[in-house]
Amino acid sequence: MRISIRHETRYQYSASPTRVTQILRLTPRDHDGQYITSWRVEVDRPVRLSQSEDAFGNITHTFTAEGGESLTMLAEGEVQTHDANGMVTGTSEKFAPELYLRETPLTKADSAITSFAKEITEEARGDRLNQLHVLLAGVHRGMIFDARPTDTTTTAAEAFAMRRGVCQDLSHVFIAAARSIGIPARYVSGYFRRIDGVVDQEAGHAWVEAYVTGLGWVGFDPANGISVTDAHARVAMALDYLGAAPIRGTRYGGGEEVLNVFLKVQA
Amino acid sequence: MLSRTADNLYWMSRYVERAESLARILEATQRLSALPVDYGGSTNEWESAVATAGCTASFYTVHEEATQETVIDYLVFSDQNPSSIRNCFRLARSNGRAVRTALTGEMWDALNGAWLELKDLDSRGILKGEELGRFLGWVKSMSLRVDGSAYRTMLRNDIYWFSRLGVFLERADNTARILDVKYHVLLPEIERVGGGLDYYQWSAVLRAVSAMTSYHWVYRDSLKPWLVADLLILNAQMPRSLAACYGNVGLYLDNLARAYGMQGPSQKLARSMRAKLGNAKIDDIFQSGLHEFIVDFIGTNNRLGAAISEQYLT
Amino acid sequence: MAAFDEMTNADGSIRPAYAPLAEWLRTAPPDLLTYRRQEAELLFRRIGVTFAVYGEKEAQERIIPFDIIPRIMTTKEWRGLTQGLEQRVKALNAFLKDIYGRQEILKAGIVPPDLIYLNPAFRPEMAGKSVPHDLYVQIAGIDVVRVDADTFYVLEDNARTPSGVSYMMENREVMIRLFPELFGQNRVAPVENYTDELLATLTSIAPNSASSDPTVVLMTPGQFNSAYYEHSFLADKLGIELVEGSDLFVKDEVVYMRTTKGPQRVDVIYRRIDDEFLDPLVFRPDSTIGVPGLMSAYHAGNVTLANAVGTGVADDKAIYSYMPDILRFYLGEEPILKNVPTWRCREPEALSYVLDHLPELVVKEVHGSGGYGMLVGPHASKQELETFRKKLQQDPEGFIAQPTLALSTCPTFVESGIAPRHVDLRPFVLCGADGVRIIPGGLTRVALKDGSLVVNSSQGGGTKDTWVMDV
Repeated sequence: MRISIRHETRYQYSASPTRVTQILRLTPRDHDGQYITSWRVEVDRPVRLSQSEDAFGNITHTFTAEGGESLTMLAEGEVQTHDANGMVTGTSEKFAPELYLRETPLTKADSAITSFAKEITEEARGDRLNQLHVLLAGVHRGMIFDARPTDTTTTAAEAFAMRRGVCQDLSHVFIAAARSIGIPARYVSGYFRRIDGVVDQEAGHAWVEAYVTGLGWVGFDPANGISVTDAHARVAMALDYLGAAPIRGTRYGGGEEVLNVFLKVQA
Repeated sequence: MLSRTADNLYWMSRYVERAESLARILEATQRLSALPVDYGGSTNEWESAVATAGCTASFYTVHEEATQETVIDYLVFSDQNPSSIRNCFRLARSNGRAVRTALTGEMWDALNGAWLELKDLDSRGILKGEELGRFLGWVKSMSLRVDGSAYRTMLRNDIYWFSRLGVFLERADNTARILDVKYHVLLPEIERVGGGLDYYQWSAVLRAVSAMTSYHWVYRDSLKPWLVADLLILNAQMPRSLAACYGNVGLYLDNLARAYGMQGPSQKLARSMRAKLGNAKIDDIFQSGLHEFIVDFIGTNNRLGAAISEQYLT
Repeated sequence: MAAFDEMTNADGSIRPAYAPLAEWLRTAPPDLLTYRRQEAELLFRRIGVTFAVYGEKEAQERIIPFDIIPRIMTTKEWRGLTQGLEQRVKALNAFLKDIYGRQEILKAGIVPPDLIYLNPAFRPEMAGKSVPHDLYVQIAGIDVVRVDADTFYVLEDNARTPSGVSYMMENREVMIRLFPELFGQNRVAPVENYTDELLATLTSIAPNSASSDPTVVLMTPGQFNSAYYEHSFLADKLGIELVEGSDLFVKDEVVYMRTTKGPQRVDVIYRRIDDEFLDPLVFRPDSTIGVPGLMSAYHAGNVTLANAVGTGVADDKAIYSYMPDILRFYLGEEPILKNVPTWRCREPEALSYVLDHLPELVVKEVHGSGGYGMLVGPHASKQELETFRKKLQQDPEGFIAQPTLALSTCPTFVESGIAPRHVDLRPFVLCGADGVRIIPGGLTRVALKDGSLVVNSSQGGGTKDTWVMDV
């Protein structure tokens, strides 16, 4: 499938900030299920974009901008994907799968998540893949997609307690639950080409990869309740949202900030 | 030097200087208020002490009336008053502590010692009388100790210059505010009741800046309001006059500009005020309005503070 | 079991290192010690040496009790110890380089991978990244205890931001002022050159892109940190700027500090702030004491952090038990300093042994420090034992256990007069691009309570000056 993406993020400041520093994880990499036909990342200010690779092999761009009343970052390009039944192969792996059992503040399983995971996967015990599919359905059904009560700092436990959240929260809950039953799991940020043909989206997408011995990494999309397909364009991967966030930044000065995201994902 | 270090040094000195000024104002106030009503007139000296300290509005959110007890409590001990003597020493010490590496041992000993003594002091015993006098004397001696150890032990580099800038900017502000509150007693054309009142008010102004003796040395004359104003505003020999303060402010800003090979808005502002004070005659100031002159000075002094902060401290 | 006393042998004779001191103590008038102790306390207060104890309301600014009787080692004893320390720190550095590199030790099956991967102190962000001069631990504090005339055990490796060196130096200064006559009679090796050696070490590790006169700074979390006094003390003695996160900024992968003369490039950061607060763009996003972009400058090789990021994985108490094997693996040598035998409660057999022998053992949290969350079996109440038994059963991975060591004792001036008290020692090891430096001395901590084995200042411990001298 051809997925064409245009992702623009614009900050508007009420006063010109002294300094803005950002790390962008907006550049996808090739793997067996995905080929990058073309891609570019731009910032609308005279900054030096330094490209690097983070701990998990994600491509990062770091820059510092001084002054100015607005700042726009653009990621744009085209990705060719094909369906691999959710399997993710040919990625650059820096760590053994066990690393992805690490707990992070955002993905710490509290007793509610732990017992949820344990109960729901009990029947499928011994069959990891099956356990994960049960978990996928359980998280998707058990949680309501709702952007209001959560933000980027909401933890898995908090979201699970409300049974609400966005793709980020559902992914965190899935990850926490999987790890609590001993299955390595990780967070993926990327883009999803919608089946209903809607092109304009409010934000990028997030899903999960979990490790199944014998099979390798398998992608699960708890927000959509499906395995990862060729409609998913994978950009960055880490232990949680913080490690894979498309944009992480800090700012000195600048007063109030207004953020606008313009995202088009289409054929 | 780190900008933050310069900022801490500058504020450390400002707070010590502020504490000392408060102590002098309170001493003068105590003296005035102790006079028989015939001499003291109708003014509430404690009220004007609060005004001179620049905290009239905040004072009345805590106390209803300005009496010796409430004013001493608020200006000396209160935690609610960010510029109480107690808070001045606390803030001076915490600014100093943040830059201990930039201070000499003697300076730190003086700052730290003052705070340790003051920290646990029971305020109840010293709200009036002899104890109050002794306490205010202690405050002045602590300030002298900090100042003296700075003068005698510090290297003459930017560390010293920033701390001195704080002293003189604060001192200029304090002298100006004393004048601002008391300017009316210095105006010759206003009709007042009772000759004695004026004399004691003028002498109180002089005492508030420790200039009683200096006055007689300089003018060899009995107290005349315009001479009091001349001494406090234009006489460069008087260490607390506006002219003397700006002489020093200019000197230290010039030192910084020379050392860093760069000058900026703060040098420009300081020079123009120094020139203005150097060229002014007291008669002209009275002619064009003493009050206007002082208000203008306070504004310029604040702008200079902001310029220094912008240029060096952030 | 009687502990080894460093001054007096079992037969009452005095060990040679202490002979002059014992003689001096014998002849000194009784009031003199009391008087000097008061004087010492006054000096410490004046100097402002303070520390904060967590969990106390009036936590700010307490002073650590100082014992005026020095702890003494001979030059010969010291030399043996330093060889062991140097070896230990070399192994720590080799281990970290490997863990963040090829991970040969995991492949060889010597350390279980989950102890690394699931260790909170392991920083995935450092994997595959090189650090200047391949040095991770430039400043180490290795806690050792002594059990007899010849044997030292390593109790704990401190490879993150070990503190206490200011006490070593201030203790000496105070002792020289209080007891000039003792220093006149004994040739005590000086410790005051520690900061010179530290500066030489820090300068030696500057990145290649730095100028020949690199700018070194000391980074503190701020004046409310419990070790702030030490930070400012060291910056002062080193003659370098004491910076907070907000004094630094990163532009185009270069670190600068804000100065009154404008931005100035920084090459080496001796940071006394924990990994997770260093850079809000990489670690905790809510850190306000870090520097955004610092890690990108670090990875670009434009700044050296001392110690490196992620060294905590080497001083973890769970890793500790593997140290002898780790050392053999990298250096091909036998460890000179012993490791305290350690039961890893994560191993079922060890756990059942520990549960059976709880009243004899010391149990520690794997990720704890400062003597918190620790059980000293022989001194514990029934209730404490039961509490720990439950904790162990619930979370065996979180604990290790060790036999109760008979820590050596030293004469200490306490309420009842001069009496033996248990001590440990934290020597400081500096590891630069140009070699290892160890100052003769260290921080001796003493458990002031009779019979107590817990020397941590947060738990009622004090400190002593440590003398290394020829006899």
